[in-house]
Amino acid sequence: MASQQQDAGTGAYLIRGAAILGGAPEDLLIRDGIIAERGQNLSADGATVIEAAGLVALPGMVDIHTHLREPGREDAETVETGTRAAALGGYTAVHAMANSTPVADTAGVVEQVLTLGRTAGWVDVRPVGAVTVGLAGEQLAELGAMADSRAHVRVFSDDGICVHDPVLMRRALEYVKAFDGVVAQHAQEPRLTAGAQMNEGEVSAVLGLTGWPAVAEESIIARDVLLAQHVGSRLHVCHVSTAGSVEIIRWAKSRGVNVTAEVTPHHLWLTDELARSYDPVYKVNPPLRTDADVQALRAALADGTIDVVGTDHAPHPSEHKECEWAQAAMGMTGLETALSVVQHTMIETGLMGWADFARVTSTAPAAIGRLEDQGRPLDAGEPANVTLVDPAARWTVDPSKMATMGRNSPFAGRELPGKVVATFFKGHPTVLYGKLNTPYRWLPEAPDPARNTGTAAAGRN
Amino acid sequence: MVLSQADIDRALTRIAHEILESNKGSQDLVLLGIPRRGYPLAVRLAAKIAAADPTVDPAAIVGQLDVTMFRDDLSHQAMRPPYPTQLPRTGIDNKVVVLIDDVLYSGRTIRAALDAIIDLGRPRIVRLAVLIDRGHRELPIRADHVGKNLPTSSAEKVRVRLAETDAVDGVPVNEVVIEATA
Amino acid sequence: MRHLLSTEDLSLSNAVRILDTAEEMAAVGEREVKKLPTLRGRTVVNLFFEDSTRTRISFEAAAKRLSADVINFAAKGSSVSKGESLKDTAQTLSAMGADAVVIRHWASGAPHRLAATDWIDAAVINAGDGTHEHPTQALLDAFTMRRHWSRLAGTPSAGADLTGMRVAIAGDVLHSRVARSNVWLLRTLGAEVTLVAPPTLLPIGVEKWPCTVSYDLDETLAKGVDAMMMLRVQGERMNASFFPTTREYSRRWGFDDNRLRALDGLGLKDTIIMHPGPMNRGLEISSAAADSPRSTVLAQVRNGVSIRMAALYLLLSGDTREPAGHADNTRFHTAENTSAHAPKESH
Repeated sequence: MASQQQDAGTGAYLIRGAAILGGAPEDLLIRDGIIAERGQNLSADGATVIEAAGLVALPGMVDIHTHLREPGREDAETVETGTRAAALGGYTAVHAMANSTPVADTAGVVEQVLTLGRTAGWVDVRPVGAVTVGLAGEQLAELGAMADSRAHVRVFSDDGICVHDPVLMRRALEYVKAFDGVVAQHAQEPRLTAGAQMNEGEVSAVLGLTGWPAVAEESIIARDVLLAQHVGSRLHVCHVSTAGSVEIIRWAKSRGVNVTAEVTPHHLWLTDELARSYDPVYKVNPPLRTDADVQALRAALADGTIDVVGTDHAPHPSEHKECEWAQAAMGMTGLETALSVVQHTMIETGLMGWADFARVTSTAPAAIGRLEDQGRPLDAGEPANVTLVDPAARWTVDPSKMATMGRNSPFAGRELPGKVVATFFKGHPTVLYGKLNTPYRWLPEAPDPARNTGTAAAGRN
Repeated sequence: MVLSQADIDRALTRIAHEILESNKGSQDLVLLGIPRRGYPLAVRLAAKIAAADPTVDPAAIVGQLDVTMFRDDLSHQAMRPPYPTQLPRTGIDNKVVVLIDDVLYSGRTIRAALDAIIDLGRPRIVRLAVLIDRGHRELPIRADHVGKNLPTSSAEKVRVRLAETDAVDGVPVNEVVIEATA
Repeated sequence: MRHLLSTEDLSLSNAVRILDTAEEMAAVGEREVKKLPTLRGRTVVNLFFEDSTRTRISFEAAAKRLSADVINFAAKGSSVSKGESLKDTAQTLSAMGADAVVIRHWASGAPHRLAATDWIDAAVINAGDGTHEHPTQALLDAFTMRRHWSRLAGTPSAGADLTGMRVAIAGDVLHSRVARSNVWLLRTLGAEVTLVAPPTLLPIGVEKWPCTVSYDLDETLAKGVDAMMMLRVQGERMNASFFPTTREYSRRWGFDDNRLRALDGLGLKDTIIMHPGPMNRGLEISSAAADSPRSTVLAQVRNGVSIRMAALYLLLSGDTREPAGHADNTRFHTAENTSAHAPKESH
């Protein structure tokens, strides 16, 4: 590819004077897919120098919750466009949710998504497997086959739909123990949320929109943490949205339950007051809650009760949002705004530093997904998945200028802090100077790539 | 100031006598004032007619005719409720209706008033009395009785301030002034 | 006032202005010639995504009395069977030159979408959206109450509000756009509102509304009520466990013959009984109550035309692109005779 000539040569980069995790300025030398050296005044030695004074170096971000829509809804997003957006947002890995068409409930589909991700080459696309066949909540999908497939699935989720049958949920939690999997639950009691349109409370009462009560989320989380404890398995709670859920998770963690929790950037900022506009760009599931919930979620992310930020990036074609609220699809884009929104809500409020940011956007999600070469320290010998951020930059969100096909950003028109300057994926800059560069090129697949993903030798620029 | 309180009073006295004269008495007379300032002028005229002809009950011959809903300039109207239309008990059928307004300008208000009257009944005759005729007619309409002809530029405003409608502390009332517009 | 979408954001001055205008429209209705030429050449579209013959013909009569051209557009597009999108429909109507769109929609907020987007540049009147609002219904209810209240006080209606009037609204508040619009409007007009309903048919968050909430109709009546408004109850709510049986509902929350008699016993000789229609006789209201001299059901229907004429007139008059504050300042007819800004202004 002609574009690859941009980084022809050694493929080595010297990041000069970046604040590693927001700390003192140091240099990072990236070569052959790994961080070759970290230290002061490193010699360029033929490497391309990136002057990074004032920039923050972070481990490449890992999204535990992304909807890439392909296969099936290529009018909404493709793996190519979604992962371009991810790279621009500072990500080096995304977990592609299973609610595609066909549903990612077989080894065949997850391998297809894996292949699409590798063909695109912008980030590591890690397919999530469905818990139940067709997300129907009736019969377990072949979780073991997906785990053993080339996609090496470890995260299983019916996201979009709750695994509400308690027996089925128990079995899923038990079964994934066989291959160190995790069930990522979309906690939504279906009967309590029939026809639900927005958070149930003062605003829904006035707007006459059917309420989505907090208890519908909290009751499922309470049940699931007890189930996880009972069967000794690993539970991940997707997009926690209420103060009550935080309390339950805090309680469960104090009892030693192996539960992790996720919050979306939009739930860290936006409230149900926005629904007063009846603009469906603010329609999302779980819904935007109250300011008290937002404050509780921020505190929980800061104190570790909530482990990770997951975007729940959910692009929709415009006709699914340019309509009545009740007819509109639920969901918001998030990959290209997540970093800025977390900086705004957590770092600029003094609740977290950049090291915490690295924990919640990289280390912890990589650990949940069992991604061995992601979320690593920025030290010599580690895989070179690195995001360079200019925290002083300010930009105004314009969805029409985004890489994602989705125009449904709730942050449109807002000025946000923080801009991704460069994203290195396996030592290759997928984003450079704030612009998309070139994708990483995977080598023809080794017999078992899952075992090789930790080694830079699996790929070459 | 182009008309003082005394000027207005004299003009109304003269118009009252002209109305009686042209009608050959007070027979079948109905005075319909056009809101807002035409109505108090109609009340004043009715009192003067009653003073000249003691058989007249002034309250029984005065009414108010709102023309808002008949105007041809809907999109330029201020958003406000129409004024009530109130006819004398006798109605207007076969009456001699004298429309009363403060200022005659383009003639469009009177056009609207004629339409409004036709929807309310069938007068024998309709006449028009105004305090000021400032010219610049846009329709073939003329007044039968005029208090004062006042040549103006269309860039000027003619302000009629009446005690009944314009009583604000510190602002003189019962006078007519011309103001330049911006 | 560019649109009429809700009563929640309707100011006292705008509310009184609509009621006062409706008084004049009502006077026209009593004349031999009931038609006014005011909206000649204007096009009013009745865009109904939900069947409501009553509301549609009321708006149609209002528009026709003002000489507007009326287009009735019954758009099929329920949540189940998706038809043409709201956006496409709106753009179609815009291309046809609609000056005002009267929209009834099963989805809460649909009129707000029309008003907020650039799909159509017409005045939007909410004729009932989902379980959100039905502002013209509340206005006609307030108009009916104001006439009653003024007559009791022996003062003219025009310019008056409802200060001190005690209004009880009983029934399915949760699903009622009529209840919501009435609560906001009656608060603005100074009335004291009590909502009476089974707890299952009150929304979470109702405690923040500017009204009193009661589960007990008899207790509410005993405290004194000047207007008793009964809301329609859908029988199918029973199947969703909002209440056990229609019989139990009617016994506890229906305005039955016993409660009608009780009004006399309580000395409430001037209390009126209201219902937005259509009524479920024998469920939320007994026939004796509906047909009693206290009932204002037919007056409400009659007043509906006047209110809708007023709304259409006020929305389509004036330079509606001006901010509302400007209209407020110029609501009184002044005597200037200028052609500088309004070439047709004349005397």
